[in-house]
Amino acid sequence: MNLSLVDFLFYVFSAISVGGGLAVILSRNPVTAAMFMILSLVGVASLFVLLEAFFLAVLQVLVYAGAVMVLFLFIIMLMDVGPDSGKGAKLSKKRILSGFIALLGVGLLTVLTLEYSGVATVATDSADHWQDVTEETSAAGANIVFSKSVKSFGYGLFTKYMLPLQVAGFLLLAAMVGVIVLSKKTDDVDAHNKADGPSPGTTNPQSEEA
Amino acid sequence: MDTIGVQDFLIVSVLLFSVGFLGVVLRRNLLLVLMSLELMLNAVNVALVAFSRHSANMDGSLFVFFIMTVAAAEVSVGLALLVALYKKRQSVFSEHLTMLKN
Repeated sequence: MNLSLVDFLFYVFSAISVGGGLAVILSRNPVTAAMFMILSLVGVASLFVLLEAFFLAVLQVLVYAGAVMVLFLFIIMLMDVGPDSGKGAKLSKKRILSGFIALLGVGLLTVLTLEYSGVATVATDSADHWQDVTEETSAAGANIVFSKSVKSFGYGLFTKYMLPLQVAGFLLLAAMVGVIVLSKKTDDVDAHNKADGPSPGTTNPQSEEA
Repeated sequence: MDTIGVQDFLIVSVLLFSVGFLGVVLRRNLLLVLMSLELMLNAVNVALVAFSRHSANMDGSLFVFFIMTVAAAEVSVGLALLVALYKKRQSVFSEHLTMLKN
């Protein structure tokens, strides 16, 4: 068996990502789970590198490992959750049943993928049915050929996927406003105390929104 | 990319997705449930990029970009909800969320 470097790296990176994922769901302490999650995300980024999607790999490390997991760790340390004690509904009937059903679903998914993953190779044997990309065809929704460069990302995003890009931006804005509203101080008790406190003439600006 | 084809990436994707799915179903800590959701989204990203690379089509890679955006938004809102919940109940375990029961 001739194991080339790319194959070896593929096995290493997939082992890192799947093993990191397993460690995430098996670890008792949320902080160690977050650390293994970062490992798994970096493994996925390396898989992106193997697939020659370099921009997505950089984005994966920046957005996930950089921003999302820092947010996770920040919240975990803010809450001071501590390790999962394991007491409580540890082995109730519902838990066993749900675990069994989950395993069944996982097995079904794996079997189906192993069965049908060969189908994908049949359809795309000839690469000549991709038409040439000009400005008109790609703006009209034609296929954009896979490319390593960041330029093609920008081109695709701002021609064919202009509307989804705007929707994504609006989604981020909505999420930002939602997070601000959710994490704002909503002290109902304090608002009431202020309302019948010593200064009844001043209106509380937060009570209108609450 | 001689021996490693799209199937191998698909198998890795399925394994990652299964791990995330098991985490969502089995864990009781809601922080870990959110992390497992991220794992599942990552698995889908791997499959999308593999197909995109395989069929020489940029659309899958562009879709990964949008999935990352949605995942970031989802995590931020989910964590804000979790913090609000923790302020109310002092717990992030799913069996303590019985506010709608009575």
